[in-house]
Amino acid sequence: MIQSLDPRITRAEIEENNSISPLKDLDQWETYEVFHQKKRGDQHMHVGIVHAPNAEMALLFAKEQYGRRGVSVNIWVVCTRDVFTSDYDDTDMFDVSEKQYREAGGYKVMEKINKYKKANKI
Amino acid sequence: MYGNAYIDPNDKANSILAGEDPQKLEEFENRIARGEKIEPKDWMPKEYRRQLIRMIEQHAHSEIIGALPEGTWITRAPGFRRKLALMAKVQDEVGHAQLLYSAAETLGKSREAMINDLITGKSKYSNVFNYPAFTWADACIIAWLIDAGAIINQVANAKGSYGPYCRALDRICTEESFHLKYGHDNVVTLATGSEIQREMVQAALIRWWPPIMHFFGPSDKISQHTEILMKWKVKMASNDDMRQQFLDMYVPKIWDLGLTLPDPLLKKNPETKKWEYTEPDWEEFKRVINGGGPCNAERLAVRRHAEENGRWVREALNNVGSKYVVPLA
Repeated sequence: MIQSLDPRITRAEIEENNSISPLKDLDQWETYEVFHQKKRGDQHMHVGIVHAPNAEMALLFAKEQYGRRGVSVNIWVVCTRDVFTSDYDDTDMFDVSEKQYREAGGYKVMEKINKYKKANKI
Repeated sequence: MYGNAYIDPNDKANSILAGEDPQKLEEFENRIARGEKIEPKDWMPKEYRRQLIRMIEQHAHSEIIGALPEGTWITRAPGFRRKLALMAKVQDEVGHAQLLYSAAETLGKSREAMINDLITGKSKYSNVFNYPAFTWADACIIAWLIDAGAIINQVANAKGSYGPYCRALDRICTEESFHLKYGHDNVVTLATGSEIQREMVQAALIRWWPPIMHFFGPSDKISQHTEILMKWKVKMASNDDMRQQFLDMYVPKIWDLGLTLPDPLLKKNPETKKWEYTEPDWEEFKRVINGGGPCNAERLAVRRHAEENGRWVREALNNVGSKYVVPLA
């Protein structure tokens, strides 16, 4: 039996050479992605994951893991396998460098106005 | 809280880049050179994945095992406020383990596999936690100086290249700043207290100085392997540089309290601006890391006991329809 400096460990009467069967798959459950909102009006932000057997437990663990300091008003959990994602290899699909017509900066009205004024001596 | 990853000097990972696609490797290295992060499903060299899993996993185990020497004093912390604070700190450390296990999981090793490797002794954890916390003052020295060392290591690693590890470390460093202040406050209370309190903290400091000097690991061997890990931003600072940074920041604070350190050679060389010290006993370090320390057996036995006794709860809660997929980020 372990005689520990920690009285709780001594009381637990633990054999020093205890052996246990290995943890099986899913012993630690599946994972939930956690979204945290700091204050009303903010977006919920992805902050990480928790391992949990169901959504309710995931919410409980998420509160402990991501909401035990600072300010929080709300938290969401989503089972990881329910999240559908794009692939980093497809990042080129986000290339908008030739789509200036979608941007406010793609419209140069002052150039046109100045050119008109100059031509017509206004 | 954590030291540096222990790299086995006999590890024969000589053929680090063997079989890697040269074009993909170049794109990968260019991305890191541009300061961009690597994300879980990106292509990465096998050695990058292997080293990161090992490093993050060791870090996670250190957080879990590190909770044990500190937890020793929860029932006897002096006063209700310190008891609450110590419980909060221990909870933080266990929370850090969970954040780190998650980061390692994104690289493809399950949490079950990591825990199995911990409890069978296959994976390592920070060597300092194989030493006992004899008195309350030991717990205070751990909270101040071991966490201080951990912050130096973690701040460096938070600038590394692997996204999930950096994100976990950013969160961890924020929480560790409370540990550091809490630990410093406790040490200052003892050092400015009664004669008995001063003697107690001085004795703890003498006990913990050798493990603290071991904390960042032996000097790095200059090798091609180390160079590649630095280029890939897996290893962010040399062990000696981190030790120097620690000494520079904390030795003056220790001396300021009128405490002494058990190393007559310890001084800052005004010319080189580097700290000089007695070379730590690296044979002792190796002996302890390989299982010969005063608490190795207890730490792992306690961990196995906890896994075994919690198993029925985890099984009872298990959802039949669940299916594991690798976490996203």
